[in-house]
Amino acid sequence: MNKLNVVVVGNGMVGHHYVETLANSKVDANITVIGGETRPAYDRVHLSEVFDGKQPSDLAMTTREHYIELGVDAHFGDFVATIDRVAKKVITQGGREFSYDKLVLATGSYPFIPPVPGHDQAHCLAYRTIDDLAEIKASAKGKKVGVVIGGGLLGLECANAVKNLGLEAHVVEFAPGLMGVQLDNGGSSMLRRKIEALGVKVHTSKATQLISKGSEHRLKMEFADGTELETDMIVFSAGIRPYDQLARDADLKVGERGGIEIDYQCKTSDESIFAIGECAVLGNFIYGLVAPGYRMAEAAVSQLTEDKNSFTGADMSTKLKLLGVDVGSIGDSKGVADGSRAFVFSDERDDVYKRLNVSADGKKVLGATLVGDCDDYDTILQYYLNDIELPDKPENLILPAVAGAATSLGVDALPMTASICSCHNVSKGDIVDAIDGGCQSVADVKGCTSAATGCGGCAALLKNVVDFELSARGLEVNTDLCEHFKHTRKDLFTIVQSTQIKTFDELIKKHGSGHGCDICKPTIASIMASLWNEHVLETDLLPLQDTNDTFMANMQKDGTYSVVPRVPAGEILPDQLIVLGQVAKQYGLYSKITGGQRVDLFGAKMNDLPAIWSALIDAGFETGHAYAKSLRTVKSCVGSTWCRYGVQDSVSQAIDIENRYKGLRSPHKFKMAVSGCTRECAEAQSKDVGIIATENGWNLYVCGNGGMKPRHADLFATDLDTETLIKYIDRFLMFYVRTADRLQRTSTWFQGLDGGLPYLQEVIINDSLGIAAELEAQMQHVVDTYQCEWKTAINDQQKLKRFKQFVNSDKEDENVVLVEERGQVRPANSVEKKRLALKAVS
Amino acid sequence: MTTPICSVDALAKNSGICALLEINGQQQQVAIYYLPDTQQKVFALGNWDPLGQANVMSRGILGNVGDQLVVASPLYKQHFSLISGKCLEDDVSIPVFKIAIEGESVVLIA
Repeated sequence: MNKLNVVVVGNGMVGHHYVETLANSKVDANITVIGGETRPAYDRVHLSEVFDGKQPSDLAMTTREHYIELGVDAHFGDFVATIDRVAKKVITQGGREFSYDKLVLATGSYPFIPPVPGHDQAHCLAYRTIDDLAEIKASAKGKKVGVVIGGGLLGLECANAVKNLGLEAHVVEFAPGLMGVQLDNGGSSMLRRKIEALGVKVHTSKATQLISKGSEHRLKMEFADGTELETDMIVFSAGIRPYDQLARDADLKVGERGGIEIDYQCKTSDESIFAIGECAVLGNFIYGLVAPGYRMAEAAVSQLTEDKNSFTGADMSTKLKLLGVDVGSIGDSKGVADGSRAFVFSDERDDVYKRLNVSADGKKVLGATLVGDCDDYDTILQYYLNDIELPDKPENLILPAVAGAATSLGVDALPMTASICSCHNVSKGDIVDAIDGGCQSVADVKGCTSAATGCGGCAALLKNVVDFELSARGLEVNTDLCEHFKHTRKDLFTIVQSTQIKTFDELIKKHGSGHGCDICKPTIASIMASLWNEHVLETDLLPLQDTNDTFMANMQKDGTYSVVPRVPAGEILPDQLIVLGQVAKQYGLYSKITGGQRVDLFGAKMNDLPAIWSALIDAGFETGHAYAKSLRTVKSCVGSTWCRYGVQDSVSQAIDIENRYKGLRSPHKFKMAVSGCTRECAEAQSKDVGIIATENGWNLYVCGNGGMKPRHADLFATDLDTETLIKYIDRFLMFYVRTADRLQRTSTWFQGLDGGLPYLQEVIINDSLGIAAELEAQMQHVVDTYQCEWKTAINDQQKLKRFKQFVNSDKEDENVVLVEERGQVRPANSVEKKRLALKAVS
Repeated sequence: MTTPICSVDALAKNSGICALLEINGQQQQVAIYYLPDTQQKVFALGNWDPLGQANVMSRGILGNVGDQLVVASPLYKQHFSLISGKCLEDDVSIPVFKIAIEGESVVLIA
């Protein structure tokens, strides 16, 4: 069957969501998207933030590159001018034609400009797109006053933009109150108080009759009540109108008050044409929020699949911050339904207004208005959406917490179907599934489900659900290392230390069960190495090691290994550099400089590893432990020896430190760095242990991280002399080695420490646990028993026994195939392997 | 029929090594695991990791998951049963070969 040609007109938030949903579905389609704006979809909801320090690119929801990756044919800056329904094609203003099997109209809406005489002169602007923002900015430059016409949600958002530009902001509203659609009178008045307190001038019940030239400012607005207001700029934000001209021209059915008519499948009056988002009207209602737009996009995509969904309307509850004021509106917010009964709480000291509308029998929430404090929004919304029966005193839901009264709805009470994130349609059940699937934090769940990545309004609720579910599992799911040991890593460390057990077999017999596994074996090998520091290839220890430790090299994707000799602090002799080159040439290794100031040689065959190391050791190299969970490198800048700015000799310090802690086995790898002055060229604050020189000594930073979850290290102690510095690092590292979980870097270990930095300082600096001497002694033992593992191994035939691809043959692994790229080797990909194999046969 | 592979001495206790064998007229890499504390003592699987796409199975860590003896792929850590060759996490399996210890040598049983 031929691929389905789907053409999407419009690349706003909803159009983009449609494209992404379709591209990620099983539907085999050629997707073309045509966007009128010159840039791909962006977050229109947070437009005013561009005047608050954000770049337009911060709002981007996608990029051209991303569309290319998705295989989407995207065109921007060109409008579709005509739909030819007979020939099933669209024609753009630029004259391009695109044929479709299915056409999706996501044309959105345009700002309504009231036909006031004078509305079309310079400095009368609209607020809808990023380009509009540029015009507003240009117009505001050097001026003093800006008026926003419209006191609704968008108008207030726009007033925020005008205020952020440094102008005296006025809001002019035709109706008697602000946000009349969403708020009741009380809420509306409270919002006005709060906004006026922020310096925005509000004018309600004002009908603009004429915009003329001003005397003091550029423009003068004349109102029906005879009053006037002068301003330098007017921005219209008095509502939106569906952009439906294209549909009208194509004779598609439109609503009485505009909008392209759709059915529950989001189909227009033409079977092959869908309409979604703000350009569509369903049963005379236009859904002008992003979440319902997304639901429409998904329903429209589903029509192309077996699994068809409908869009039958959506909840229009909303929570947002307008000019910094929290505003929430749920369901029947004004209590207009028959039998609706209201509870109202108003606090004019702290400027908080809350109204809760309940059914006549007091059992169900019908709606709510919240201004100034939206903490109760999530709870009330969940009662509302899930039809949960209210407690005896519903007023407690909105009253300030009185000691002892727990009012908020526990997230455990929510049904699995409860919608947590309406933007991305994520239910509590989806979150529970994500956690069952391995997510362990809010960030994980966000990445996995997209929850709280739309408007972000559900972030707090999401956190509550995740925290609750995780702690619930914390009680049920044990913290055992694995099925073989009913202990945490920390407990096992204590057991091994106190019992002096030296072998895995003895430990598992006395304190565990079964044969062990790939989790407990390396963990226990690491614990024993931290404590007893025997060679990794001792007969009893060898079966416990990950392959990297077994072969003292890093396994790469094709089963070959990479070799990294230690280059303390990155200081290397010219002769050593030459040897690295010679070894790489002799054994055909790919060479790359690492981020840790050393050289990595890739593609070493297992059989070659001992000979490679012989040559390296002869040149004065030692093993670099790149394969181990242990110290990687101590990065350094060039320091006061050469640098004009350096205040201490960072290189010597880094060399001494690297030599002290090299080979220390720990729960995870750890990195260190020493900078010779505050310019911090060694990037020490991104390391597990960072040291920065001062005029008076050394500042010590701990628990930083680069990589996946960057974290700035915390300043731990200042102006230390070298002796104290080393003492603290000894204690710190050994305390980490003792107490961290398996594969836990110092940064995550630190974040889980009760008491945080002050606690850690107490333990390390003031010896609050009375273990400092023991920690130092343990570290000294590791330092005293250091051996270069490779040097020991190449002198011990027993340890080299396994460095052979085959026990019974000298052949090499045929699957290791290398090709050349940029003058070096790299593993061949599967296509190249096939091609080379064919050549060999022919 | 049995074919000698190597001496027991050449095995790595509680770990694996790899042998190149001719089986059914084809060269095959076979991972041989030695668990002296089990009844069967020696186990053999194909050395090819179908998920990691490399000949590395002999270099995995041995252990048990529930009541199954397994080896964990050194590349991406999926577990394969030493008895059936089946992967516990994915719908793939690797070949299983019959081997045994005869006196001082390890032999393939055809």
